[in-house]
Amino acid sequence: MDYFIELLFAGLTRGSIYALIALGYTMVYGIIGLINFAHGEIYMIGAFTSFIVATVLSIYGFPLLAIVVIAGVAAAVWSSAYGFTVEKLAYRPLRKAPRLAPLISAIGMSIFLQNYVLLAQTSDFLPFPELIPEFAFMEPVAHIVGSSDMVILVTTTLVMIGLTCLIKFTKIGKAMRATAQDKTMAVLVGVNVDRVISATFVIGSALAAIGGLLIASHIGQINFYIGFLAGIKAFTAAVLGGIGSIPGAVLGSLVLGLTESFATGYISSDYEDVFAFSLLVLILIFKPTGLLGKAEIQKV
Amino acid sequence: MLELRNVNAAYGNIQVLHNIDLEIHTGEIITLIGANGAGKSTILMAISGVVPIRTGKILFEGKRTHKMSPEKLVALGICQVPEGRRIFPDLTVMENLDMGAFLRKDKAGIQEDLDYVFSLFPILSDRQNQAGGTLSGGEQQMLAMSRALMARPKLLLLDEPSMGLAPLVIKQIFEIIKMINKEHNTTIFLVEQNANQALHIADRGYVIENGVITISDSAENLLHNQDIQKAYLGI
Repeated sequence: MDYFIELLFAGLTRGSIYALIALGYTMVYGIIGLINFAHGEIYMIGAFTSFIVATVLSIYGFPLLAIVVIAGVAAAVWSSAYGFTVEKLAYRPLRKAPRLAPLISAIGMSIFLQNYVLLAQTSDFLPFPELIPEFAFMEPVAHIVGSSDMVILVTTTLVMIGLTCLIKFTKIGKAMRATAQDKTMAVLVGVNVDRVISATFVIGSALAAIGGLLIASHIGQINFYIGFLAGIKAFTAAVLGGIGSIPGAVLGSLVLGLTESFATGYISSDYEDVFAFSLLVLILIFKPTGLLGKAEIQKV
Repeated sequence: MLELRNVNAAYGNIQVLHNIDLEIHTGEIITLIGANGAGKSTILMAISGVVPIRTGKILFEGKRTHKMSPEKLVALGICQVPEGRRIFPDLTVMENLDMGAFLRKDKAGIQEDLDYVFSLFPILSDRQNQAGGTLSGGEQQMLAMSRALMARPKLLLLDEPSMGLAPLVIKQIFEIIKMINKEHNTTIFLVEQNANQALHIADRGYVIENGVITISDSAENLLHNQDIQKAYLGI
C-alpha cells in the first residue's frame, strides 16, 4: 500500500509539473491555433535563470526561502521576456500566413534557443542547488512523500488557482477568452488582440519558468536539452486533455503523470515513454478531441 | 457624422467595393439594402476598420478614420453588431455585456447602460449567468445589440439584425432599433436584406448592387420606387 501511495504522489508531482508547461501550450493554441514548439525551451530557460540566480544568491549567503522566491520571480520574468520576444519576432509577422509557416517558425525557434543556451552556457549537466529542504514535519511520511513533492504539489495548486481567477475574473482574462472564441468580434468590441496574444505568451512562459525551477530543484540537474522532452510530454498532456482547454491541460497532465508513474513502478521503467505515448494514441483513437476538448466546427 | 468618399476595397484581386459615396448625419437611421454578396457587410467592416480600404477616405465627425485601428474606432463611438450576431458562446450573458464595455472605465455610466439594456430586453436580465451560446437566435440578437450599446455608441452599425429570426421577433427588434435611435439620439446604419422592414423605420436608404451604390433616396421614395419594389420588396 505504501508503494502505491508513493507512486501516486510521484505521479501527481510529475503531472503537476507537466501541467505548468502544458497550460502554456493550450493557452497559446486556444488563442492563435499555434503549437508553440519553442515552449519547452522557455521552460528550460526558466530552469537556467533560476539556476544562475540561486547560485549567485547562495554565494552571498541569502536565506533559502529568499533564494527560492527571488529565483522564482527572476525566472518567471526572464522567461516571460523570452516568450514575449519569441512571439513578436517569430510568430507575429506570420499571423496571416498559412498555418504551417508559424509551426515551422516555432520549430526553428526551439532549435535556435537550445543552441543559444548550449553556446552561452555549457553542454554539460549542471548540478542544480537543492532549494527545497527536507521539512521536519514531513519526517513521518518521508518514505512515501518527499518534501519537494509536497512543495511542488502545493505550489502548482496555488498557481492553478491564481490562473483560474485571472482568467475568470480579470479584464485581461475575459479578453483572452473572448479572443479565443471569436477574434474578429473581440476586435469589434475594442480588444487589442496583439496585446492579448502577448499577455498569453507572457503568462504561459511564467508558468513554465516556475515549472522549470521546481523540477530542476527536484531532479537536481539541468542542461540545455531538458526542454525538449519536457515540452513533448507537456504537449502530449495538452492534447490528451483536449488542446485549447485549460482544465483539459491540467487533467491530461495528471493522467499522463500518473500513468507514467504507475507503469514505471509496477511494470518497468524502461518503457516509461512507451506508456505515455501509447496512452496518447489510445485516447486519440477513441476520443480524438482529447478528454475535455470540443470538436471544432468547420465553418464554410 | 460619417462620410465615405470614393471608397474602394478588395479581397486579394477581387474588387468588392467600387467608388462608394455615402453620408450619414447625426440622429438618422440610414439603411443599406442589397442582395447577397453585393458588398454590404464589407462596407460595415471597412467603417469598423477591420477590412482595409484601397483608396478613398472615410471621415467620422470630420476625422479621417480609415487608417485607425478597430479599437480606436470603438473608442470614438463606432460600434458594430456583425452579421450572425457573433456572441461569445462560452461567455455568460453578463460577461458578453462586460466585453461590450471593454474600453470604458466609468463604472457608474456602465451600470446605467446595463440597466438600460435590461429595460430594453428584460429576458437578458433573467439569463445573466447563462452561456451566450445557449440562447435562442432572437435572444442572441438582443444580446448582440445590447453588447454594442454597452459601449455607448454614437454610431451603431447593424448587419442584418433580422437574419434567421421569426417575424414576431423581427418586429420587436426593429421597434427597439427605432427606440434606441429616438431615446439616445444614436445614429443607426442598418444593413438589411429585409428591405421592407428596414425602409419603414429608416429616414434614407442606399441601394448597393455588385459593389456599386446605384440608388440613394429617402426611405419614403424608395418604398414607392417600382424597381425597388420589384427587386427587393417582392411586390
